[in-house]
Amino acid sequence: MAIDFLILNLLVLVALGISFFKSKEKTSKVVKIAFKSLVNTAPYIIITIVIIGIMQGFIPNRLIAEYLGEKSGISGILLASLIGAILYIPAFVSFPLVASLIEKGASVMIGAAFITSLTMIGFTSMPLEIKEFGIKFTAMRNISSFIAAILIAVIMGVLI
Amino acid sequence: MKDNKMMKENDISKIIKSYAGVLIFAALFIGVVTLFPERKEIIVNESSKYFIEMLLIIPAVMLSIGLFSVWVSKEQTSKYLGKESGIKGALISIIIGSLPTGPLYMSFPIASSLLKKGASMLSIVVFLGACACLKIPQGLVELKFMGLKFMAIRWSFSILLIILMGYIIERVIDVKK
Repeated sequence: MAIDFLILNLLVLVALGISFFKSKEKTSKVVKIAFKSLVNTAPYIIITIVIIGIMQGFIPNRLIAEYLGEKSGISGILLASLIGAILYIPAFVSFPLVASLIEKGASVMIGAAFITSLTMIGFTSMPLEIKEFGIKFTAMRNISSFIAAILIAVIMGVLI
Repeated sequence: MKDNKMMKENDISKIIKSYAGVLIFAALFIGVVTLFPERKEIIVNESSKYFIEMLLIIPAVMLSIGLFSVWVSKEQTSKYLGKESGIKGALISIIIGSLPTGPLYMSFPIASSLLKKGASMLSIVVFLGACACLKIPQGLVELKFMGLKFMAIRWSFSILLIILMGYIIERVIDVKK
């Protein structure tokens, strides 16, 4: 279980080593950028972990299973896609969040729907998208992303 | 110049805000744990479990972001994007979109400038889709928490659906601008 991200960490270290070997200057820039993105993401990570902890302590599994479990069917998928479309959470923290929900009885397909709509649809970035590409493009891209979220959930349900 | 400075101030106030959020949630955490001592164990256990798992993966994720942004420049990526059209262009768009280029709202200006430079609508839609849901650094976290099978299925069908979306939107919207 721990092997996979041991390999992962090793890979990144090797890449960093190669980078250092090729250019010390660039590598110090690498570390700077890494640190900056850590500073940017750390609050979200900490807040999400607190939310996960409190959720695990208070929301009964029964409730999660009822609204987001296997039996919730298409309404659960729609609910998850809608929540995902509205919320703005970085994808980094959406994965542990979804994993904790699945641990509590949410279905995997609903997790997939949530992740897809969360990342593909941005309510908050829509004004920018409209400004750059127009309303028609924005509407089409976001609506088809919503449909894609539902399709991926269904495929996930069939394959897992 | 002025824009740049404003951006920086904006960034800093954003960071301050998010850290204020951390303080609020820390207070909430302490409050909840002291008010409900009977739930303390499960809450602390679960939080620390997820915290440790994040700790194991986050340095690698952040370093990979740093590595990509230093060794693969934005100019390089946009040079390749939009040069090819059709399915080849779409595949290149996926690869470039999956590199860490920042959050989705950062990709809109990039994509729109590429569109003006003559990239196909298909490439643009696919690029935005890949930027949104197929990022390599986020993929490391996905692999850790959701497992290989989930990730493999989600990535392969996302790629298929994004390309399909691209073809449909290309049909409907003319690239006149």
